[in-house]
Amino acid sequence: MTLRTAFCAASVLALATATGAFADSHTTTLTIATVNNGDMVRMQGLTDDFTAKNPDIALEWVTLEENVLRQRVTQDIATKGGQFDVMTIGTYEVPIWGAQNWLVSLNDLPAEWDADDILPAMRGGLTVDGELYAAPFYGESSMVMYRKDLMEAAGMEMPDAPTWDDIRAAAEAMTDKDAEVYGICLRGKAGWGENMAFLSAMANSYGARWFDEEWKPQFDTDAWKATLTDYLDLMNNYGPPGASTNGFNENLSLFQQGKCGMWIDATVAASFVTNPDDSTVADQVGFALAPDKGLGKRGNWLWAWSLAIPAGSDKVDAAKKFVAWATSKEYTALVAANEGWANVPPGTRTSLYENEEYTSAAPFAEMTLESINAADPTNPTVDPVPYTGVQFVAIPEFAGIATQVGQEFSAALAGQQTAEEALEKAQALTTDEMEAAGY
Amino acid sequence: MATKASRSAARLMMAPAVILLLGWMLVPLCMTLYFSFKKYLPLRGGDLGWVGFDNYVRFFSSSAFWPSVIATLVIVGGVLAITVVFGILLAILLDQPMWGQGIVRILVIAPFFVMPTVSALVWKNMFMDPVNGLFAHLWKFFGAAPIEWLSQASMTSIVIIVAWQWLPFATLILLTAIQSLDSEQLEAAEMDGAPPLSRFGYITLPHLSRAITVVVLIQTIFLLSIFAEIFVTTQGSFGTKTLTYLIYQRVLESQNVGLGSAGGIFAVILANIVAIFLMRIVGKNLDA
Amino acid sequence: MARNVTNQRKLINTVLAWGIGLLIFFPILWTILTSFKSEATAIADPPVFLFFDWTLDNYRVVQERSDYMRFLWNSVIIAGGSTLLGIIVAVPAAWSMAFVPSARTKDILLWMLSTKMLPAVGVLYPIYLIFIKMGLLDSRVGLTVVLMLINLPIIIWMLYTYFREIPGEILEAARMDGASLKEEILYVLTPMAVPGIASTVLLNIILAWNEAFWTLNLTAAKAAPLTAFIASYSSPEGLFYAKLSAASTMAIAPILILGWFSQKQLVRGLTFGAVK
Repeated sequence: MTLRTAFCAASVLALATATGAFADSHTTTLTIATVNNGDMVRMQGLTDDFTAKNPDIALEWVTLEENVLRQRVTQDIATKGGQFDVMTIGTYEVPIWGAQNWLVSLNDLPAEWDADDILPAMRGGLTVDGELYAAPFYGESSMVMYRKDLMEAAGMEMPDAPTWDDIRAAAEAMTDKDAEVYGICLRGKAGWGENMAFLSAMANSYGARWFDEEWKPQFDTDAWKATLTDYLDLMNNYGPPGASTNGFNENLSLFQQGKCGMWIDATVAASFVTNPDDSTVADQVGFALAPDKGLGKRGNWLWAWSLAIPAGSDKVDAAKKFVAWATSKEYTALVAANEGWANVPPGTRTSLYENEEYTSAAPFAEMTLESINAADPTNPTVDPVPYTGVQFVAIPEFAGIATQVGQEFSAALAGQQTAEEALEKAQALTTDEMEAAGY
Repeated sequence: MATKASRSAARLMMAPAVILLLGWMLVPLCMTLYFSFKKYLPLRGGDLGWVGFDNYVRFFSSSAFWPSVIATLVIVGGVLAITVVFGILLAILLDQPMWGQGIVRILVIAPFFVMPTVSALVWKNMFMDPVNGLFAHLWKFFGAAPIEWLSQASMTSIVIIVAWQWLPFATLILLTAIQSLDSEQLEAAEMDGAPPLSRFGYITLPHLSRAITVVVLIQTIFLLSIFAEIFVTTQGSFGTKTLTYLIYQRVLESQNVGLGSAGGIFAVILANIVAIFLMRIVGKNLDA
Repeated sequence: MARNVTNQRKLINTVLAWGIGLLIFFPILWTILTSFKSEATAIADPPVFLFFDWTLDNYRVVQERSDYMRFLWNSVIIAGGSTLLGIIVAVPAAWSMAFVPSARTKDILLWMLSTKMLPAVGVLYPIYLIFIKMGLLDSRVGLTVVLMLINLPIIIWMLYTYFREIPGEILEAARMDGASLKEEILYVLTPMAVPGIASTVLLNIILAWNEAFWTLNLTAAKAAPLTAFIASYSSPEGLFYAKLSAASTMAIAPILILGWFSQKQLVRGLTFGAVK
């Protein structure tokens, strides 16, 4: 008797919850997984334009913090879960997933989308065997952002293309710990997309590399030792307290509060630090290329948050319409009309950088374009390597390895071990993981 | 006492719960066991064949393995110690006559209602941040250099956050137990001139032993699997990689399901060892 | 004189207890206060406590970005549904264990508790694959069932310990009077068990509401509860303390209010047999 009641109640409940889910089946509903950064959130506010043009398509947003997003979409695509119709992924995932045929080719987007307008570096990074697998929503490299007023007060001038020695001298001159001004803010939070993005790019400029041509890890080389030692030295002497837990967002917040003299990070940060609504130092920010060591490579990376459609989705046509809309020139114009030119998603299209309205509204435009063009994912290091990717290695194992290596380096920054110990552990664990993966 | 009919009725009534839990335990467990003997790399095409005990050997020989077991035990032990000790003190205090007892109790139990994710975010950003956190302001106010909580005192920080969440639970159970204590016994002891400390040691504490066991058991079950607090704050850096987090790293960050499953099987075994150990004590204590 | 001493002691107790109570409550209070500040005030040095320009702006921004009501509704359905299902399954089981104990009852009970120790991360892949096969991903039904299962052992144990305290003689007497099993449950047992069931329900709603692993990993858009809502605020760009506080307050407020209003019921049954 009780059992029957239980089943009755259970099925009533199940029915009640299920009916809600199938309520509007006449329209196509796209579920879009996206990251919680400013440009993406802005897009969610502007989707009325898209749904007005496509009344038969409804949009459902899943906005997640970067780490959670990566975990969710990777899990879903690897198991063919089919929970998302459009995924926001980066230049790391695209070549790997594209090679597995997990993504829908976007070569047949409409002509007015104008694929030739996409910056060559970006297009190259999102293409596998001639098939474009993701449309860049915004692209970034990294560069130096510095405080013009502090440099002036120190009687120094930042060259447009500084060396690491210039950076060190500037950091020393600007540091005033009593006033809570720290000469340099860099990423220290562990993660392959956090401190390791910065350190891998920095290592490239120092002549270091992740693997040699036989896929042997290279953390036992002098070049890596020099990279890590200089990084720790910079941060320990001129960095903010607690740097080992600072990622992009934490540093952005510090810079906006006027607590950093310099910050080497993503070019997209430029529009945030120059926005007077959020930044107390908006009118005092100067820009320079990422530093080099005179070896022919600069320490800047290349990244694009891009929209991709998982293979197996039964809503490919609607998804393509959305992707084309969100990454189009018209969308750029729409943002400009609503929020001003300085807020359009940067770094994807040549036409944007030829637009005078944009270049005059965005003082960082030229340096951004120059930085993006200076990054070469197919040939990222001084010595030859078997992989592509500037601040990452485009193999599936990289994210797991680099996060653990990042934790060792982060612990070194926190003073819990020396640079040598950190590098030794990094070498051991990378060797171990590469063996497990069968290299 | 019970008739045959009521016995079979009883069995029938237990059946749904037992079957459901059996399924919930066995199906994932068998699949995990199956994966643990496979080279299973979702990003390299999935199932790449049987590998025997390779995954187990690799999981146990990894340099991260023992530190993770120790980190797990330190967090569980630390939180248990703090919540039990402060729980008892707080329960005794709340049992005393005072004004506004109801409101104080509301204040004390509030953390129990807060989502782990939210409490970790709030503690991490608004209290433990070395520049803008409230602790940093407090330290600076007293002229001290702010502590970099999450890197320099990472374990302590996590234990603080988790203990804050579980202290209300411990306090509540201990408070109910104290309230059931025969006050005449205490008064008689007081008349006899027994000092407060020995009254506590000889009367209150023995009376609380069952409640303490319950607190330890229930909290251990939940603490062994804490995840959100670590994911939000340190992501396993600075020696805070617990066994659960290590498995997470193997399965989701490295996308090595085989290796992670081997770790999962070990975690099940470890949890059951702890469980059996605890059950023995509880079993003894509960059925007195 | 004696009266004076007790009053003095009462005063000390009061001050001490209020001090500690406020200290424990402070992180929540601070979050709520911060949610009404502007971003600049939220990080002001020295910190501002009460005297600032109160604003609802953060709530407006958060609501604009994510539709709070939808997440809230999912949380309510999932927490409520899993609790209801759990009670339906657990009451008969706990009843039979408490009143018709057999030699194996205690083993079964301990085994049930031990299923709770299965590490969720370790079985994520299997469960995810099963959910795909059954088409349960991102469905409230699937999540309701999973949450019911993970909390079932706690429910059963709590009910069992509560039922055991109900004197068996009363049931005997009812049976003597010719009451059937159904009547026995409906008219004798249920009224006595209601307080225990009530506090079990409350505890389970709290546990289900705050569960953050399965709710995040098995949902996308349609079934996402408040734990997913908060996941989009965990590290946004730039200054975010005030907005984070607003989102946090929104996520915990319903359960906090429920908990406070029902704390008497919650506490009454929250003994797990620890009190004889």
